[in-house]
Amino acid sequence: MIEIKNLHAKVAGREILKGINLNVKAGEVHAIMGPNGSGKSTLAQVLSGHPAYEVTDGHVLFEGQDLLDMEPEKRAHAGVFLAFQYPVEIPGVSNSYFLKAGLNEIRKSRGEEELDSMQFLKLLKEKMKIVEMDSSFINRPVNEGFSGGEKKRNEILQMAVLEPKLAILDETDSGLDIDALKIVAEGVNKLKSPKNATIVVTHYQRLLNYIVPDFVHVLVNGRIVKSGGKELALELEANGYDFIKEELLQSV
Amino acid sequence: MAETIEELVGKEYKYGFTTDIEADTIPPGLSEDVVRTISKKKNEPEWLTEWRLKAYRAWLTMEEPHWSNLKYPPINYQSLSYYSAPKQAKKLNSLNEVDPILLETYEKLGISLTEQKRLSGIAVDAVFDSVSVATTFKETLKEKGIIFCSFSDAVQEHPDLVKKYLGSVVPYSDNFFAALNSAVFSDGSFCYIPKGVRCPMELSTYFRINASNTGQFERTLIIADEGAYVSYLEGCTAPMRDENQLHAAVVELIALEKAEVKYSTVQNWYAGDKDGKGGIYNFVTKRGKCAGAYSKISWTQVETGSAITWKYPSVILLGDNSIGEFYSVAVVNNRQDADTGTKMQHIGKNTRSTIVSKGISAGRGNNTYRGLVNIGKNATNSRNYTQCDSMLIGNKCSANTFPYIEVKNSTSSVEHEASTSKIGEDQIFYCKQRGINTENAISMIINGFAKEVFKNLPMEFAVEAQKLLGISLEGSVG
Repeated sequence: MIEIKNLHAKVAGREILKGINLNVKAGEVHAIMGPNGSGKSTLAQVLSGHPAYEVTDGHVLFEGQDLLDMEPEKRAHAGVFLAFQYPVEIPGVSNSYFLKAGLNEIRKSRGEEELDSMQFLKLLKEKMKIVEMDSSFINRPVNEGFSGGEKKRNEILQMAVLEPKLAILDETDSGLDIDALKIVAEGVNKLKSPKNATIVVTHYQRLLNYIVPDFVHVLVNGRIVKSGGKELALELEANGYDFIKEELLQSV
Repeated sequence: MAETIEELVGKEYKYGFTTDIEADTIPPGLSEDVVRTISKKKNEPEWLTEWRLKAYRAWLTMEEPHWSNLKYPPINYQSLSYYSAPKQAKKLNSLNEVDPILLETYEKLGISLTEQKRLSGIAVDAVFDSVSVATTFKETLKEKGIIFCSFSDAVQEHPDLVKKYLGSVVPYSDNFFAALNSAVFSDGSFCYIPKGVRCPMELSTYFRINASNTGQFERTLIIADEGAYVSYLEGCTAPMRDENQLHAAVVELIALEKAEVKYSTVQNWYAGDKDGKGGIYNFVTKRGKCAGAYSKISWTQVETGSAITWKYPSVILLGDNSIGEFYSVAVVNNRQDADTGTKMQHIGKNTRSTIVSKGISAGRGNNTYRGLVNIGKNATNSRNYTQCDSMLIGNKCSANTFPYIEVKNSTSSVEHEASTSKIGEDQIFYCKQRGINTENAISMIINGFAKEVFKNLPMEFAVEAQKLLGISLEGSVG
């Protein structure tokens, strides 16, 4: 589904990604782990096309298309979704209006008919069950006055409505208590299918108890330094990131 | 929504056409003779001619105000023509007699003057270059005793009402531009709602400037008698011309005991081009008087056009327990310059006022909110709430806020909230990541920002206003 080759990127003149290689196939869940500042979130932002990040080398193919050449909205239309670490507030714009606009743009780009308000509301209400959202949420402004947990649940709800092919979850577990974490993780699991793929970016192993990855990659200083199965996450949890750093030092 | 914005890309200002019609225009220049000529052309009674002359003499002693934040080259008042009217053979008896070219012009602007075609529920007075060319639904309104006609007709048919209220809210000596208007105003709308009548439809005036090198000076007078209610809409457009055009209007509203007047404006005069060439200089005096107890006056304005805007719709809260409201969205883009706000003069007891101002600045636009809340000594237990928000798009524009607050008694309260925000790259990116393109994202964010004001507009107007915001800000984010 997505092939990342030798990806280099910088922000504000500083190189953060120093040659990322990663292949993700449909039906797979990949976890990207790593210490703070290793470039995990940068990878998520670069894949979704945040303008602050400059790609200096490498390429990314998404279902055969050059992803880096596409505007962020075109990437969304193609099926790339980013669940933001810090979801943005849009005062005065209701959640349902916002999400309906997004969904209809995506449908239009695929030559599908746009949904009218009634059809959309029906869909939204169904999807809201997945993340146990209260119905008052429909008319509240996007993320405004939401608690941390609500914002993260809202991200997963948006994902449920937009049905992306590739979902990138950027530190979706940060700031969540255990109950909220379970709801969010269950939401993600319910949306999983053989046709879509998920990249879970996280600092802690905790989330991976609930969203079980097929592969775990450890990102240190802008490079993937170790890949493995889900047991790698447990190893990291037990030994911390330092053991990887030590391994790296010894190999030099 | 999506396709409308895209459709509008490239169209820029779609009302910029001119109508080729023979006009009766007097030569440029201003003097007592010109004032008399205008009055004579309109067959006005002696007292009105005298009133105009007094205004003219007052104007001569006044200086153009320069306390605002506006920058524009000096206006040569002798180079303008003060009267231009489309030539019409005789007084009209029905809409069928209106020059088809004029009807067509209004059709093109989306304002049908043919009653059958109109959405029922809105009566229109169409003002073309200072002259009212048609008023719809006159008869329907007449059944309820409502008078809705051009100002000129009102002078002829209801001179007592005009004499009683003209200048009662904005005296001819009020300010430089009001004095100029009082001397040379050519037409406008007049409306009277009798005691206890709730006007069954929205009344609206649609102003169109066509002729070049002509100032437009219209005058609107609305009177809601005891217990009456009226909702009034005002729309305006002008052709795209390279030179600046002067527009100096006066609007007076009067609400007697328990009456309510709601006045909404969508101002879309030509704003000039990208580099600030051309556009309307809009110097307007709008003021309402809550004359009776428990009366209410509410101004809602969406200001997107004009090169220069100088406008402070105000309310004099004379009656006890009266209410004044001001809701405003002002947008400046390119080189536009707006200095707008309101005055709330609390005189009666237990009076209340609300001010919500949303300023949006883009391009090299300069947007100023200027407001005065004055609570007098006898206006005990009065309250004001003011909210002033500014939004900046890009980094070459500016926003300023000048709130003046004067409270002269100890039982009243005033609240003021202000904020300035910038449309963030992150907000736009968030929308884009959900599939929404930049133009639509900005339009959505802006409309969310202005929502509190839009919700006060009548339905059709709200839709129109939302579209307008999209057009005005087109291309403001690269």
